[in-house]
Amino acid sequence: MLSSLAGVLFDGFAYGMLLFLLSVGLSVTLGMMNFVNLAHYGFALVGGYAMVTLVNRFGWSFLAALPLVFLVAAAVSVVLERTLFRRFYRATDLDQCLFTIGIAFISIAVFSWFYTSEPQSVPAPFPRDKPLSALGMNFGQYRTFLIVCGLGVTALLMLLIERTRFGAQVRAAVDNQRMARGLGIDVDRAFMLTFALGGGLAGLGGALAIEIIGLEPSFALSYLLVYILIVVAVGGLGSIGGSFVAAVVLGVTDTAGKYYFPWLGSFVIYLVMVGLLMWRPLGLFGKR
Amino acid sequence: MKKLILAAAIAASFPAFAQQTVKIGMPLTLSGQFADAANQMLAGARTYMRMHGDTVAGRKIELITKDVGGPAPDVAKRLSQELVVRDNVDILAGYVLTPNAMAAGDVSAEAKKFMVVMNAATSVVITKSPYMIRTSVTLPQVMETFGTWAATKGNIKQTYTMVTDYGPGHDSENAFQSAFKAAGGTVVGSVRFPVANPDFSAFVQRAKDLGPQSIFVFIPGGAQPAALGKAFAERGIDKQKTRILGSGETTAEAALKSMGDTALDIITAWHYDYTSSNPLNVKFVKEYNAVANGRNPDFFSIGGYDGMHAIYETLKKTNGKTDADTMIAAAKGLRWESPRGPMMIDPDTRDVVQNVYIRRVQKVGNELVNVVFDTVPMVKDPAGERRKQAAAKK
Repeated sequence: MLSSLAGVLFDGFAYGMLLFLLSVGLSVTLGMMNFVNLAHYGFALVGGYAMVTLVNRFGWSFLAALPLVFLVAAAVSVVLERTLFRRFYRATDLDQCLFTIGIAFISIAVFSWFYTSEPQSVPAPFPRDKPLSALGMNFGQYRTFLIVCGLGVTALLMLLIERTRFGAQVRAAVDNQRMARGLGIDVDRAFMLTFALGGGLAGLGGALAIEIIGLEPSFALSYLLVYILIVVAVGGLGSIGGSFVAAVVLGVTDTAGKYYFPWLGSFVIYLVMVGLLMWRPLGLFGKR
Repeated sequence: MKKLILAAAIAASFPAFAQQTVKIGMPLTLSGQFADAANQMLAGARTYMRMHGDTVAGRKIELITKDVGGPAPDVAKRLSQELVVRDNVDILAGYVLTPNAMAAGDVSAEAKKFMVVMNAATSVVITKSPYMIRTSVTLPQVMETFGTWAATKGNIKQTYTMVTDYGPGHDSENAFQSAFKAAGGTVVGSVRFPVANPDFSAFVQRAKDLGPQSIFVFIPGGAQPAALGKAFAERGIDKQKTRILGSGETTAEAALKSMGDTALDIITAWHYDYTSSNPLNVKFVKEYNAVANGRNPDFFSIGGYDGMHAIYETLKKTNGKTDADTMIAAAKGLRWESPRGPMMIDPDTRDVVQNVYIRRVQKVGNELVNVVFDTVPMVKDPAGERRKQAAAKK
């Protein structure tokens, strides 16, 4: 009984880490620039397909390819931001939605063209049938790795935001953009770098998700995008800590819900979302 | 005056032109979650045309495709209607998903158009129009056969079923469970996953806690079968102690590649696998690779291929006549050798009759292959047979 509860918590926490990596970028860009980017999972796809190409075509190892995947996704985000997205910063929410949904559709078509619509995979980065044993319970190696990654990225992000000058600039721009500009902060450059960071993290998430969820082009506009939006809404826009907590809460309640109440299926996650938003309409750590 | 003569000449030439081409309208899910299935089906149909030419009984064959986008019966109905009324198609074909096929069945019945269902696998679809045949598979056909096989030859006494919570999932669950119980097995429990489910660990843990002798799985194709297979491995399900029984989609090519060695010893029942050494299949796969940019065919492809074969053979029998009554009379009882093995269009129910193969995942050379180790020959759709008997009793 206790060991299955621990198993559920562990699996849920790992799933939550995946959701966190996929959504933290969106939370920051949405909170910072008020830019609704529904094409966010497209960056995750960039990361996923970059990983598939590096590992399957060029024979890289999964772990060695992860940093490169981050950089590729970040680079693609920067290119798209400079050429297309920045024209819509002052557009209405509806225009931004329509535009980014269009980008998402294009990304589905592009990946289908180059990789076909067949689901993609990479060889298992860690052996699947040799779980780690601790305290009399089994923990999957890959999920443990996911948790380590998630916590590591959270720590780095916290350091970046709280302890660096760039982080201070980002925080200022999120709190009050006009004031930040007035103080001489290059808000546009901060936007671009934050966008790159968010896109890169989404790419990392997309690559890490291959082993758990899989990878196919239609993911860009599927239920995964809905889960990411739920994490962002519940966590509060612009808050990394909020995304972390929301992702963990959703990951754990989803997994626990499916274990203890399988007939409710996916509904648990929506019940939790409604409950939390009714309690805190701006999200757990949101400011506006 | 010259314009008038020119116009009259063009108008006069049109009927002759129209008589030559047989237009086949295909509403398919070319975008969205089921795009891959539709692409494979279309490639299968095109491979047939590549292998047998695009002319039959003196008439040219033309495919007109439309995008339904997903499970959208109202869209499928409207597109089928447009194909009949605006594009003047002679035949309706395709239909990846059951709700779309059901809706289009009404169009086929009302407009009296020959209809070929190349995938939709729910049994009742065939009853929607008297001009419809099916060249794919029905779920009861495979799952009831599997249930009976598991409890008898398979030596499996207990099972725990895990299916996706939608139409085909429910059908498979009912079919497998009823046949399994009728043959003496016990069902120790069951669970249904939500359709949009990325992470299976919780469900697998539940199954593991019960410790059943076997787990029956039905899950749609795409990325999910691999995710489920990996969850089984991660949670430490020992396949020697707990046999895993799945439908063909559980061990499709992409799923096997993704699961790797953790897929070994999964037992599935299905009607087609591209690795079959049947010489007709070897030829089909080679031609298919050329049409589909190196992809291998799957059961969607073979449904498209055999659907075209049925159309061609029917047209040969009717000498090119495409009115629905003539075509359906010619199609009933049609028998042929397909890359999947022998198959037939049942003369009473118009549904597909074919072999069901029991396979186990094994390593052949360096690849994971579904190796056939038992065959149940020429299985008729049991649900269709029950409907026939119920109607006869009245």
